[in-house]
Amino acid sequence: MMALQTIVETLPPGGDYVRILPEIVLSIVGMIIMLLDPVMDERSSQRKLGGIALIGALAGLAATLYQSQQQFWGPAFWEMVRVDAFSVFFHFVVAAVTVLIILASYEYMEVQQIRAGEYYGLILFGAVGMMLMSSAVELVLIFIALEISSISTYILAGFRRRSAISSESSVKYFLLGSFATAFFLYGVALMFGATGSTRIDKIGEALGQYANGGGPLLAYIGVALMFVGLGFKVAAAPFHIWTPDVYEGAPSPVVGFMSTAPKAAVFAVLVRVLFQGQAPGRVWLIWVAAALSMTIGNIAALVQSNVKRLLAYSSIAHAGYLLIAFAVWPQSDPRSGISAIMFYTATYAAMNVGAFAVVGHLAGAGERYVTLEDYSGLAKRSPGLAAIFTIFLLSLIGIPAFGGFFAKFYVFAEAARENLIGLLVIGVINSAIASYYYLRIIVVMYMREPREERPVAAVPPGLGIALALSLAITVFLGVFPRPVLDYLSRSVEQWH
Amino acid sequence: MNGLDRSILTLVTFIPAAGALLLFFLPRRDREIRIFALLISLLTFVVSLHLPVHFDRNPAHLLPSGFQKAFDVDVPWIPTPKIHYHVSIDGISMWLVVLTTFLTPLCVLISWKSIHDRVKEFFVLLLVLETGLIGVFVSLDLFLFYFFWEATLIPMALLIGVYGHGRRVYAAVKFFLYTMVASVFMLAAILWLYAKTGSFDFVVIQNAIRSGGVPDFSAAAQWLFLGFFIAFAVKVPLFPFHTWLPDAHVEAPTAGSVLLAGVLLKMGTYGMLRFNLGLFPEQAHANAPWIVILAMIGIVYGALVAMVQPNMKKLIAYSSISHLGFVVLGIFSFTQAGLNGAMFVMLAHGISTGGLFMLAGILYERRHTYEISEFGGLATPMPAYSTFFLFILLASVGLPLLNGFIGEFLVLSGAFQAKAWWGVVGATGVIWSACYLLWMYQRVFFGQVKHEENNSLLDLNLRERIALWPAAIMALVMGVAPLLWLNAIDPAVHNVLAAMPQMVAKAVGQ
Repeated sequence: MMALQTIVETLPPGGDYVRILPEIVLSIVGMIIMLLDPVMDERSSQRKLGGIALIGALAGLAATLYQSQQQFWGPAFWEMVRVDAFSVFFHFVVAAVTVLIILASYEYMEVQQIRAGEYYGLILFGAVGMMLMSSAVELVLIFIALEISSISTYILAGFRRRSAISSESSVKYFLLGSFATAFFLYGVALMFGATGSTRIDKIGEALGQYANGGGPLLAYIGVALMFVGLGFKVAAAPFHIWTPDVYEGAPSPVVGFMSTAPKAAVFAVLVRVLFQGQAPGRVWLIWVAAALSMTIGNIAALVQSNVKRLLAYSSIAHAGYLLIAFAVWPQSDPRSGISAIMFYTATYAAMNVGAFAVVGHLAGAGERYVTLEDYSGLAKRSPGLAAIFTIFLLSLIGIPAFGGFFAKFYVFAEAARENLIGLLVIGVINSAIASYYYLRIIVVMYMREPREERPVAAVPPGLGIALALSLAITVFLGVFPRPVLDYLSRSVEQWH
Repeated sequence: MNGLDRSILTLVTFIPAAGALLLFFLPRRDREIRIFALLISLLTFVVSLHLPVHFDRNPAHLLPSGFQKAFDVDVPWIPTPKIHYHVSIDGISMWLVVLTTFLTPLCVLISWKSIHDRVKEFFVLLLVLETGLIGVFVSLDLFLFYFFWEATLIPMALLIGVYGHGRRVYAAVKFFLYTMVASVFMLAAILWLYAKTGSFDFVVIQNAIRSGGVPDFSAAAQWLFLGFFIAFAVKVPLFPFHTWLPDAHVEAPTAGSVLLAGVLLKMGTYGMLRFNLGLFPEQAHANAPWIVILAMIGIVYGALVAMVQPNMKKLIAYSSISHLGFVVLGIFSFTQAGLNGAMFVMLAHGISTGGLFMLAGILYERRHTYEISEFGGLATPMPAYSTFFLFILLASVGLPLLNGFIGEFLVLSGAFQAKAWWGVVGATGVIWSACYLLWMYQRVFFGQVKHEENNSLLDLNLRERIALWPAAIMALVMGVAPLLWLNAIDPAVHNVLAAMPQMVAKAVGQ
């Protein structure tokens, strides 16, 4: 009896559970799917499980909205988790991407003849890891969250079981990914050695004593090693080698998922580690990674003939643009940089999920049609899809009236504010180079004759909703960015 | 009337876009779509006439920056970064807005029959393009300016790439890449200015620079000047950045060419006048020698290349390079006459070259070729057509009493004031343009009809006449009564030059 009493007393107070409510909801639904899968009828289980997953993801979204009330904000679980406007925003992005991806996968799975309920379970578990990452403020918990998210995506990448490149992509991702996570863990250990804590706020306090954002040598190495691990996850150069192969092999909706939601979560971690953790030497680390990612990503994308590989390199380049906003000198105010980061992750999520949803649909059974030639004359064969894809591509270029324009504009404005003119110039030149390869796709769709009169399958309802939503968000962020920006400027107050 | 004054610029800018949006949801009935597009563009034109009618010339009523007080709208759009919806006009931008709204209905008319595939999308793009062009001229917030600047890119590239002729894809991509690459340098310069001044507002930045309140400005000014200049120079296009223009023109559909030559190129010269001179007067002065040399190379080179073109449309395209060289020469002469002339050439070139492109398009509709050697003796089967052609061609050559003369005369007198040999080289351009245009006219219209099929060519129909009359009348009115235009231009230009006191004094002293 006494023992039970002690256990109950050591349990965290009830309010703590609200602070991980979305994670709890998604985990439970994920487990229900795993349990139901073997007992359900094989032929009909696919749609039902997809439906359950959708309801679960929407419940996760609702839990995030519930959590966004200010009374639930604060630390939980012995200062390992912190819910505030910042983490709620990333919860929301992850949950929204999850909803969109489940919608986009719904019919995709049937076309590809992949029959597996655990697909949806893994997406939900992955989302749990990503959400936890964005609210975790303690390095070991961040590591655990990172692993939850990574292991789910490793498996998801190999889901096109009949295709050799899909398995290759999964194995490659797994091997390189575990390697990168090991780097991260090593960095955590060194940070602990340098500062005596794994809590980011304590690390920040310890390193804040050094003038001008300096620190002990051990902390420099620790930050660099952690950045290797995190840089790998966001596909920043020079840790990007896996990206094109994995994106090419993985199922398209999964690529849409893993190029947006985990990236958003890892960027949230980077914000906490670099800014709250007062990481030493961060400006030049970021400078080099951003410049390399943009340049390598864009130049390699110029010569791609496979649309998925092209978008993979484009996502490397976008990670580079995004990193620009992290290059904030220790003595200046990081708040506008952080809101630029948040705006970029949300916009990029909307347009990239949309782009990969289109790619997934056009790819057809076995993802056969993914080369640039397969897109020729798409405007004639399917004007609607071509128009939608064009808008996503224009947004990726950064053309006004679409979210991508503002996103890029803000990160470049940050570089100018921090007086990093070199980085700014590299950025704008890159964004001009990038317009070429996105434009190539548009040109092929609109200005070439179709190579074959293969009709494009009608857009199924799930995909249609996913496309409409991501299109609406992309355009909304480009025309009325103000409400989101207002929210962001409130949510970065804490970094003052 | 006050309420209309406040919203007039917003209305003029967004009526075409709203029309395009409505058009998007109309059923695909080509005839109705054409009529609707025509009505929208006419409505925009009529509304835009409010600007010159209510233009206030009294200097006491202007804002300190020289912009019209009544039309000025400045409301916050986005709090951080501080972006305002700030639109206003002065005598420089007003006429460019009206030029845009004037040419668009003509473009709709001239595309009536020649566009028969994807008609709806064509007119949607045309109207969106009009909004972008007007937006560029009325924006006083640098962010807004860049927003519209980039927004013109896609519709124009699509007009060329989808509705153009033979090598349209190549031309569209080349156009897009040239202008996109150049304009990102402007973006970098704009962002630098924002970082240092905390504002995107043209007037605020201008005041900050003039009062010396921008940190590190003297070190960066030359780079900022070049950042803006490269974006504008490619758009103008100034030699040696001109190579996209002939391709774009030759492949573009007629309406695309008209707006490209008539308005789009003026975005570049307008930008030089407003931003390069307005924000960086000292750097403009320091860089003027080599810029003027490039402009003069453009005048002579454009004319010489035009002379040997076998393709009528390419000839007109190169003549644009030559004429726009005049504009740049006038701007960088830093004289009242030169700047007035530059503005006037911009407007006159919009009318006359726009008209020439329409005429070339009319011929193309009948014969599906622009090759000069395919024609000859057209005066016999097409008398009305050849009269219109001669009239507008003479306006372009710079015949006194037509609009081309006034602008070129003012530019040259300004150039003479600045440096005599600038004027001499520039003046040869006038002679060249008479050579290549009249020679082309002779080969196309005089002599015997060499090709049998040309005998049966139809003369202008009513719709084509309706499209051409306004251009012809305008060419004459502008040539006879240039003060109607210059009255508004002169004070605005004076305002630009007033920021360069030492240079005005120097120019007057010579």
